[in-house]
Amino acid sequence: MSQPALKEALKLTADVLVIGGGPAGTWAALTAAAKGVKVILADKGYCGSSGATAPSGTGVWYVKPEEELREAAKASRYAMGGKLAEHRWMDRVLDRTYENMNRLGVSGYPFPVDEEGNPYRRGLQGPEYMRLMRKLVKKAGVKILDHSPVLELLADEHGVAGAAGVQTQNGEAWSVHAGAVVIATGGCAFLSKALGCNVLTGDGYLFAAEAGASLSGMEFSNAYAICPTFSSVTKTAYYSYASFYYEDGSVVEGAGSKKGRSVIARNLLAGRQVFAKLDGADEALQPLLRVAQTNFFLPFDRRGINPFKDLFPVTLRLEGTVRGTGGIRITDEQCGTGVPGLYAAGDAATRELICGGFTGGGSHNAAWAMSSGSFAGEGAAAYAAGLGRHSQHRAPVGLSSSPLVHQEVKAGEAARTAEYVEAVQAEVKPYDINLFRTEQGLASSLERLDGLWKEQRSREIQRTPEGVKAREAEAMTATARWMYSSALARTETRGMHKREDFKGSDDSQHHRLISGGLDQVWVKTEEVAKESVLL
Amino acid sequence: MIEVISADRCIECNQCVSVCPTNVFDRADNGIPVIARQSDCQTCFMCELYCPVDALYVAPDSEGITGITEAELEEQGLLGGYREKVGWGKGRQPVASHDFMVKLAARAGF
Repeated sequence: MSQPALKEALKLTADVLVIGGGPAGTWAALTAAAKGVKVILADKGYCGSSGATAPSGTGVWYVKPEEELREAAKASRYAMGGKLAEHRWMDRVLDRTYENMNRLGVSGYPFPVDEEGNPYRRGLQGPEYMRLMRKLVKKAGVKILDHSPVLELLADEHGVAGAAGVQTQNGEAWSVHAGAVVIATGGCAFLSKALGCNVLTGDGYLFAAEAGASLSGMEFSNAYAICPTFSSVTKTAYYSYASFYYEDGSVVEGAGSKKGRSVIARNLLAGRQVFAKLDGADEALQPLLRVAQTNFFLPFDRRGINPFKDLFPVTLRLEGTVRGTGGIRITDEQCGTGVPGLYAAGDAATRELICGGFTGGGSHNAAWAMSSGSFAGEGAAAYAAGLGRHSQHRAPVGLSSSPLVHQEVKAGEAARTAEYVEAVQAEVKPYDINLFRTEQGLASSLERLDGLWKEQRSREIQRTPEGVKAREAEAMTATARWMYSSALARTETRGMHKREDFKGSDDSQHHRLISGGLDQVWVKTEEVAKESVLL
Repeated sequence: MIEVISADRCIECNQCVSVCPTNVFDRADNGIPVIARQSDCQTCFMCELYCPVDALYVAPDSEGITGITEAELEEQGLLGGYREKVGWGKGRQPVASHDFMVKLAARAGF
């Protein structure tokens, strides 16, 4: 701390800066690099292990380009998503996902083969996938900055031109001047410890909004995963084999992994612990389940629980927008945000374009991540290349809403950050505010969240690892405000957004909700592309 | 949460320090890495998976510390169990290529 001015040790330039090293970020980096431009990828943690995908297996929306199969795939979740998906986007994503998955096979991903010897490409194991993506990104000449969270975007009058942050392992500040920036920071799970999600705190939403971009579908942000009370493993799919019981062994009527999740929530709200056991999986199925999702069983095995036979207590852990569909609004086919030089991909971007207001699992998100990452990487590379030699002489400034400083801030700031985080969690975790939404619940929560924002936004934040946590708290506060403002505006039930006071869906609200703003949050409607109605 | 780094097994490669997404470990100048910010651990098991000598143990409890000891882990054969299941390490077949994936998909549709 003796020489604050010397702390900015790392100053780099690139054509494209990718923020986030999960699937979307790595695909963005790969495709941008393939266009011959210089790319830097900065990850908050470690590119390869960070984020929701790395720790576990995921399905992938991989559908052969045969018309019948494609039409069935597109129709499968269209109604569930409240008819907010768009035909053209689903086609593009199905095409690009097919192409990228085949490319992964060529690049060495060990896909299993079926009895005829054909590779099976409808799933990916996260550790294997992301280890390979890191290798491919490095091979493509991309410079990776691990443990380098962003604190703010940089911009000038022409648009976004880089980002600045801090390296958490040595405390040094960093900055990258770049012609274009791709935000691939994932969604927001509010530090709920959902598997791999504690790096996903909505940072990218805040950065984008500070640059003037807007969000879309933030009402679709109340995903909760079924999970053992003691565990971080939030893999809900396997609970389709579960039955749910009370402690005395009697059945919880109506409880289930899909529609019956609300029954579980209502019991938990009433203070009645719910237990599960996977007694719907017969003995032939059990070894298959064990192999396909190895870490699902890890907590049970380590605790000496046989989940097929023994009851274990469950809870619903908040996954927020990670398994929701809202995110940064996309304004063109390159995944641009409407702000020059700024692109968004993966869970950081809205996924309404392919699944509307509902995503039942990882498969759409995984397809969206690799496709939107590719679109954004190519778009950002083309944009940066088009800037020409003038890009060398830009002097962008930071966009953080709170003043970021090099000198030490006053004592007790870390404790205050922890208080803000808890205060936001107290608004977004409770099922009776976020899952079962009402005007009264949302409005009074918003009032408290507005107050929390006001308190934080004028805070001095130091460019240190502790300052990163303060920015995360701000991002979560801002995210919650866009969520609840959108949820208030949608006076109906559609997709995953459930209003207790408006239980049906309302045809006159078949539109998107765009939101944005920092001190003053706003929400407005936007039409869904007409062609989607034809589906 | 991460609870144990086995001093007997650790080769001080600091791979866990690098791969932890939430930066829980610190390098030590002389010796094995230290668990410096245990409460930041998100129980994602990635450090265990990347440890080349099975020196780490992440307890399944994400909300509290179990207090399990290295001696108990050795006795129960728990060190390295996850890496073995994922099929990482010399001479192992990655679970990603297991044909049960195909069989499950045929039965379950996910």
